[in-house]
Amino acid sequence: MKSAWGGGFGAMLRRDLRLALRQGSDTATVLAFFVIVVSLFPFGVGAEPQTLSAIGAGILWVAALLAALLSLDRLFQADYDDGTIDYLLASPAAPSLIVLAKCAAHWLTTGLPLVILSPLLALLLNMPAAGFPALILGLAIGTPVLTLVGAIGAALVLGARRGGVLLSLLILPLYIPVLIFGVAAVEAAATGRGAAPHLLLLGALCLAALALAPFVAGAALRQAAE
Amino acid sequence: MNSADRLECRDLACLRGERLVFRKLALSLAGGAALRLVGPNGSGKSSLLRLLAGLGRPAAGTIAWNGADIDGDRDAHRARLLFLGHQDAVKPWLTVAENLEFWSALHGAPAERAVSALERVSLSAQRNLPARFLSQGQRRRLALARFAAIPARLWLLDEPTVGLDEASVSAVEALIAGHCAVGGLAVVSTHLALRLPGEQTLALDGAGAGACAA
Amino acid sequence: MAIRIHALANPARFLRFARRALPWSAALAVLFIAVGGVWALFIAPPDKHQGESVRIMYVHVPSAWMALFGYVCLAGSSAAALIWRHPLGHVLARSAAPIGACFTLLALVTGSLWGKPMWGAYWVWDARLTSVLILFFLYLGHIALTHAFDDPGRGARAAAILALVGIVNLPIIKFSVDWWNTLHQPASIIRRDGPTIDGSMLAPLLLMILGFTFYYFTVWLLRARAELAALRTRALKLRLLAS
Repeated sequence: MKSAWGGGFGAMLRRDLRLALRQGSDTATVLAFFVIVVSLFPFGVGAEPQTLSAIGAGILWVAALLAALLSLDRLFQADYDDGTIDYLLASPAAPSLIVLAKCAAHWLTTGLPLVILSPLLALLLNMPAAGFPALILGLAIGTPVLTLVGAIGAALVLGARRGGVLLSLLILPLYIPVLIFGVAAVEAAATGRGAAPHLLLLGALCLAALALAPFVAGAALRQAAE
Repeated sequence: MNSADRLECRDLACLRGERLVFRKLALSLAGGAALRLVGPNGSGKSSLLRLLAGLGRPAAGTIAWNGADIDGDRDAHRARLLFLGHQDAVKPWLTVAENLEFWSALHGAPAERAVSALERVSLSAQRNLPARFLSQGQRRRLALARFAAIPARLWLLDEPTVGLDEASVSAVEALIAGHCAVGGLAVVSTHLALRLPGEQTLALDGAGAGACAA
Repeated sequence: MAIRIHALANPARFLRFARRALPWSAALAVLFIAVGGVWALFIAPPDKHQGESVRIMYVHVPSAWMALFGYVCLAGSSAAALIWRHPLGHVLARSAAPIGACFTLLALVTGSLWGKPMWGAYWVWDARLTSVLILFFLYLGHIALTHAFDDPGRGARAAAILALVGIVNLPIIKFSVDWWNTLHQPASIIRRDGPTIDGSMLAPLLLMILGFTFYYFTVWLLRARAELAALRTRALKLRLLAS
């Protein structure tokens, strides 16, 4: 049935993109948070160019992680509060497709802007030029994983008390592999060792997340509606 | 289009949290008829509708469509029903038309029906109005417009006319009557005056046991 | 089918099993820990390099194993609850989580205490300790999620999904932490338990692991029994209030 595939996915994606663009402050807020967190570090660790250059990749990735985490609550919460989730689950559209469409819209309006902004912030942190492509590519592959894994967490905490803080506790441990490979890629590129193995591992994580996370998050949504 | 569709429940039990809301509930509804759910607050009317909509599994018992347990093919069951709960799921930053078109596309319904659907709930004039300017009753009508826009065999409505004026209530009655006239089924929970075709009633007495439908 | 109503109102079979198994499990736990403990503390030889402080290993390594074993039990119970819809699954999962968390904490504390005499620091970010720390976070998240909902059933279901996500992610996390460790730590770091464990150290270690395992089962059965009793009490209270 067409609606179960193209129709449902496309309709969900269009709607979420429309909503995100009309309530545009979300993207801007996430980007502002990204910039502010990165800017905190020179105050915290000192503004020595060598220091910043040594830890720049780590700062950028941690900040991207936190920014992604912050933006997750708008993935399902609004739809949960106004009853949309119930109607979505009672429709013929498969929950995993709904999740995939929502994650796609979320990444386009949150992850992608982070990727685009990252080179600018890397300049602020005096990152060596060789690290830039690995940073951008790593974030481009890694941020979808953050959205997809985050979607599982966001679906699990629907209806929970203090869901925002709880979400951080649940999701941040699961983000650690992405962080490790992402930073390793940049540092490998910066020291001339080649970022390929790390980026490939990130790619593997991305594929695994694409394959599995929508089903798990869909199951979590169904539990939330029971 | 089989006009002899049949919805049946046997020995149905529902747990809400740790509370047993009802047990041993039975109902039987044939195509072309509507079932009215009545009962005090907390007796499980909404829970029953949610179970029929496939949102959650019963603690015991079976729900069958034309003799087949819906558990065997939940996707097919969802494809044949439309559910209206307490909430309207209206997005304030989309227009009236965009709100309805989303649901229409999600269910694979033809786009032209969405236009006429808005007429049937008297929201045509507001079709390009952002939904955040709608009144409570108008939002409810927008939620009900889905039933005019999307073809479905089984309608599940939870308090559809709360907050609606007389003219809108008549429109809802007409909507349900038209649906049943072509062989559709409707289960409607309501404590307000609402004319339904084929006066069947299921009373949930709030003490955990259900009475058989007439 | 009927078992689904008030699903745990009468889990007679499990309670009968628990009543029979508990004394054996407890006795075996005491036996193995006593024998293993005495062997480990007094009979086993001190290490060539580390001296007497190696004896912390006899608590640290079993604790770390139990932390992992506990999570596997947690994931198994969650799978039973979600996939096979076994009504006891949620009760077992809820009972298992805090035990595993405590073992994880014990592993972290003993690991830290072991680190001080060995490397002069109470904490080093080596691969195993870091993995155990992340495992601790996973446990904490699970317990927090279980108790984050007003409806305990909802908490149990959400936590069950989380446990399954966690068990799938554990190998990935372990792999990535090992990867990270080799990138940042020089290869000359001595592995905590040495390249091979001498036979004289292996036997008491295995006894301690067995003892800890039986201890785990004992506490798990006790907690599960208590959890079932609490469920029964709540159901009775609800019925009283409703009528």
